[in-house]
Amino acid sequence: MTKSKSAYSTPSKLGKIDTHIIVVWVDNEASVLSRVVGLFSGRGYNIESLAVAEVDHKKNLSRITIVTTGTPQVIEQIVLQLKKLVPVHKVGNFKREDKNVIFKEMALLKIVANPNKINKALNACKKYSPVILDQTNKSAVIQITALRREIDKVTKNLKPFGLVSASRTGAVAMTRGAEIFN
Amino acid sequence: MPKLFSGAEIVFKCLKDQNVEHIFGYPGGAVLPIYDELKNHPSIKHILVRHEQGAGHAAEGYARSTGKPGVVLVTSGPGATNVVTALTDAFMDSVPLVCISGQVPTHLIGTDAFQECDTTGITRPCTKHNWLVKDINDLPRIMHEAFEVATTGRPGPVLVDIPKDIQFAKAKYFKPKKKIKLKEKSLNGFKKSDIDQLVDLMKKASRPVFYTGGGVINSGPKASELLRELVSITGFPITSTLQGLGAYPGDDNQFLGMLGMHGTFEANNAMHDCDLLINIGARFDDRITGKIDEFSPKSKKVHIDIDPSSINKIVKVDLSIVGDVSDVIRSITKTLKKKNLNLEKSNKQKISKWWQQIQKWRTKQSLNFVNSDKIIKPQHAVQRLYELTKNQDTYITTEVGQHQMWAAQHYKFNKPNRWMTSGGLGTMGYGLPAAVGVQVAHPKKLVVDIAGEASILMNIQEMSTAVQYNLPVKIFILNNQYMGMVRQWQELLHEKNYSESYSKALPDFVKLAEAYGCVGIRAEDPDELDEKIEEMINTDGPVIFDCHVDQDENCFPMIPSGKPHNQMLLGPKDQEENKITGKGKALV
Repeated sequence: MTKSKSAYSTPSKLGKIDTHIIVVWVDNEASVLSRVVGLFSGRGYNIESLAVAEVDHKKNLSRITIVTTGTPQVIEQIVLQLKKLVPVHKVGNFKREDKNVIFKEMALLKIVANPNKINKALNACKKYSPVILDQTNKSAVIQITALRREIDKVTKNLKPFGLVSASRTGAVAMTRGAEIFN
Repeated sequence: MPKLFSGAEIVFKCLKDQNVEHIFGYPGGAVLPIYDELKNHPSIKHILVRHEQGAGHAAEGYARSTGKPGVVLVTSGPGATNVVTALTDAFMDSVPLVCISGQVPTHLIGTDAFQECDTTGITRPCTKHNWLVKDINDLPRIMHEAFEVATTGRPGPVLVDIPKDIQFAKAKYFKPKKKIKLKEKSLNGFKKSDIDQLVDLMKKASRPVFYTGGGVINSGPKASELLRELVSITGFPITSTLQGLGAYPGDDNQFLGMLGMHGTFEANNAMHDCDLLINIGARFDDRITGKIDEFSPKSKKVHIDIDPSSINKIVKVDLSIVGDVSDVIRSITKTLKKKNLNLEKSNKQKISKWWQQIQKWRTKQSLNFVNSDKIIKPQHAVQRLYELTKNQDTYITTEVGQHQMWAAQHYKFNKPNRWMTSGGLGTMGYGLPAAVGVQVAHPKKLVVDIAGEASILMNIQEMSTAVQYNLPVKIFILNNQYMGMVRQWQELLHEKNYSESYSKALPDFVKLAEAYGCVGIRAEDPDELDEKIEEMINTDGPVIFDCHVDQDENCFPMIPSGKPHNQMLLGPKDQEENKITGKGKALV
């Protein structure tokens, strides 16, 4: 029997880790983002991506969308801990696999190449509603909206066609159908 | 036109409207306008501490012994950073504190001005909420909200950071609104069906146990009364966490003693073998549960707590009831009485076997120690202190370490709010300032800080506060010249390598007491102990009692290193017996 020198218990088996999208409605006030993010870092939760902006100027409400991973127990804690924060109004929690929820991320991709390659690049991201925001005869800035893994794939595929810079947002989420969460 | 008030005046108007009578603080540049205003408000008494950490702990002691929020006033920069330990302590142990800190003027924020620090940034993780007041018109609302947040739901510390220019600026004042927006933050919406389900479980149980915690104390004295009634009509055994001591009488036969790492053999075994575990206002702390995978493996678990995030955080429970302990217990008792009038008898029969088992565990007498007539044993000192003070309403605070556990094991509490100790954070240096705060709230009562010689030196400067305000706190030091708990772990877990746990060059505590202008008493012989303790109690004024105790004494029983409840390490006598059978070695 090995002797433990710690009076703290040893970590037990971890449960299955899922990806969840947590949506938080908060008062748009100073340091509110820091409270939310500080909760995640302080308690050792994960943030895969983060998107935040004011959504209702009149009510002074911001909506924070956080993609996170964790065991069911950790996800439950995240939601409950967030609800305790004073500026937090409401917390939504969706599994990434949830068919009733749309998740989207946006990316701006800068291609520096000849027009032929730029065309090929455009073709490669045809599925993700590409919009050309800027074009010269040796460059283009393309906007796409897609899922995280799709953007991962596209950026990888675009490397040979002259992708030099990619700027990406965190995921935002919305429920399908007439149903609204708030 | 309505009258305009300065920020400093508004602070005091708010404090008055919140019925604040005492504030603990230390002045400094950025908080001077508030201090200047103090003279105009004779109903509020300011207690000048000697270090801001002391102010925080004193306010904690005040809050815990009264149930009212403690108020702290400090300056910017070092004033604020010094109070961080106390805020974290209050956060861990759910103590309502309102800390007001000065800040450099708004136009200097962010310029690394003299005594500037990011106070709200630093205290964000150790408060329930904090505010930086940037507009004087927000000040009345924020102040009232601060009290609301600190005292509702699960109580805790809050901080209001007020820049110096805001303290001078003028605005209208308004009284607190009836209901400030804290919707959803204080949940008390448990369902009748939850209670029915619990009563059902209680009826079916044959090996039940109540496991109660600080939530009962925080719910107010009424909760303790209701708990006593519930325990009495069910006939169930009850154990308590460190923070919950006093909610149920420590000398009652149904009380199994404290549970956890240094809890009693019977309490921990009851937790392990029970078939129904009812947690009332406790949080499954790791010093309580031991090894989580083997925690109370055969039981249905019920958790009653006001904080929804406490539920399923550590231990998955079968039934959760989110609500204020008083309300929940009242509802349980009512339902029990309605459903089964003859409950007391039928239940007691049903669980009589369980009680027989508990009696067997009790015969181990796990709190026993080998007493000596040559040297004072620390447990003996606490027992004598208890025997000689139990005839009066005594308030006990502690520092952190072996002496704290001995105090918890051997001092029996019969009322809530009489026991102030740093449990969650384990802050050495808590006890003396906490005793100061308790004594401020209860000037006529006996207040004793059971201390260790290492802990007491961490905030010894507060003796000066005690002397200034003539607060007759008694500092009862169990002096073994070691950081005893560190030494114990080094003995048991680190091959007796007593690395840096011995204090050379300790002060002469009797002379130290005299230097502070109070009385010092030393006891070195078991024969003189009682007499000296009497002398301490009868001294009218603060006392430092230097009780020289056995240096080698360890705190038992103990759940060692990530072990479950039923693998406790008992005292030296039991260890010897185990050694003979060969089991002893495997235990540490």
